[in-house]
Amino acid sequence: MTATDSVIDTVNTVYQAESRRVLATLIRLLGDFDRAEEAMHDAFRAALEQWPREGVPTNPRAWLVSTGRFKGIDGLRRNARFEALDDARPQVDVAVHDAHAWADEESVEDDRLRLVFTCCHPALAADAQVALTLREVCGLTTEAIAHAFLAPAPTLAQRIVRAKAKIRDAKIPYQVPSQSELPERLDNVLRVIYLVFNEGYSASSGASLTRHDLSAEAIRLGRLLVELLPEPEAIGLLALMLLHESRRRARVSADGEVVLLEDQDRSLWDRTIIGEGSRLVQRALATQRFGPYAIQAAIAAVHTDAATAADTDWNEIVGLYGILWRIDPSPVVELNRAVAVAMRDGPTAGLALIDAILERGDLRDYRFAHAARADMCRRLERVADARASYERALKLTRQEPERRFLERRLAALPSGGNR
Amino acid sequence: MKYLCLVYLEQDKLHAVPDRECMAYGDGLRQNGGLLAAEALQPIDTATTVRVRNGRLSVTDGPFAETKEQLAGFYLVEARDLNEAIQTAAKIPPAREGCVEVRPVRQLSP
Repeated sequence: MTATDSVIDTVNTVYQAESRRVLATLIRLLGDFDRAEEAMHDAFRAALEQWPREGVPTNPRAWLVSTGRFKGIDGLRRNARFEALDDARPQVDVAVHDAHAWADEESVEDDRLRLVFTCCHPALAADAQVALTLREVCGLTTEAIAHAFLAPAPTLAQRIVRAKAKIRDAKIPYQVPSQSELPERLDNVLRVIYLVFNEGYSASSGASLTRHDLSAEAIRLGRLLVELLPEPEAIGLLALMLLHESRRRARVSADGEVVLLEDQDRSLWDRTIIGEGSRLVQRALATQRFGPYAIQAAIAAVHTDAATAADTDWNEIVGLYGILWRIDPSPVVELNRAVAVAMRDGPTAGLALIDAILERGDLRDYRFAHAARADMCRRLERVADARASYERALKLTRQEPERRFLERRLAALPSGGNR
Repeated sequence: MKYLCLVYLEQDKLHAVPDRECMAYGDGLRQNGGLLAAEALQPIDTATTVRVRNGRLSVTDGPFAETKEQLAGFYLVEARDLNEAIQTAAKIPPAREGCVEVRPVRQLSP
């Protein structure tokens, strides 16, 4: 390898490690997403030219930010001269005025948080928040995001363009929300991260059950957030994602079929990840300011703590769902509690609860409610009821492995009606 | 930066918030330099829609679009950024009865 090759390698490594930080700071310094992106690419291009000649600078990130900032301002000045844009003037002044802020480590970390909160601003369309976060914070290409969400690339690109235009035109500020706004704004960031995770963990449609890359990105985002802003619910969400992730290899069989929690080969569960997740759960619960994510993580930890399915502490799980329901009184939480009650007290008790939820009409089109009901009827040997509910669940599912699972269950029912 | 906060209410809620409350909020904003203009509107039965097509004037009765919630009034505010505009809009009294659309003002290019 020549000296130049090794410098090119270094630039690539620096790009992987630092490009998001550099971008986050340049957005603040230049006041515009597109301008910052262009300036960042100019800076890396300059690095490819200059570093082989002049050597790699001691602080590559600071070099890149300062070069990018210079290129960005230079571009602005050129525009101002050629197009005589009056409104370009004050922005140039702002950027010059901010000349020293980029060097300070703390403000650079703040920039990453500013970027996260801006991409997840509730004034942006929900799907645009997800796309923009993956694009700007994670650095995924538009094509990769489109592929992961099974959407056409031009649609995705359009979504991102519109979101950036709104940030600019409606003037969404590049800042971390104030203490009074923080809880609601953080909720929104966590929602976006969890949505990305779930899209990767349990794809809402399509042939493949897991799309690992998205889950990995979500966990990376979760770690970043905990590092920058260790709020109990951010810790709780990271714990929850890790504990789900730990079971990844066990939840799908070699031939791509769904394996239920109780049937999973627990030796396939990743103990290292479980250890990390469990420690985070404890940390979140110890704050006494925990919310729904920390409790869901605590529930996941009860499962991963059990050596066998039969060892599961269902009483603890019923209790945790009770706490969760008090914070978030949604019918889905109620359904999960009903399933836990069935495990603790038997299917009759669980079925009564599920039927009460379904009668209210809340979860009429929720496939898991019908699948859970079917399962309880099956255990009670109410074959006709089980069949009707499996068929209802089948009609509602959009996912191939899930469909095959339900069809297998349906085929395994004895013929005839209720006993 | 200027933002127009458009207040939308259902017909039967047009008077759900007392006028003096809206006036008091507007006066407070004006004193802080946050308000450029604010008015309440007569209900949509009084609306007339005007179009000019091929140089010909067409006048029709009613609003340009029938919706459940109608434009009931507006506040033109001055705010640092969208976050501040959202905070201002959230405190407009009818926000708790209907909704407030926040739109940045566009500078016309000469």
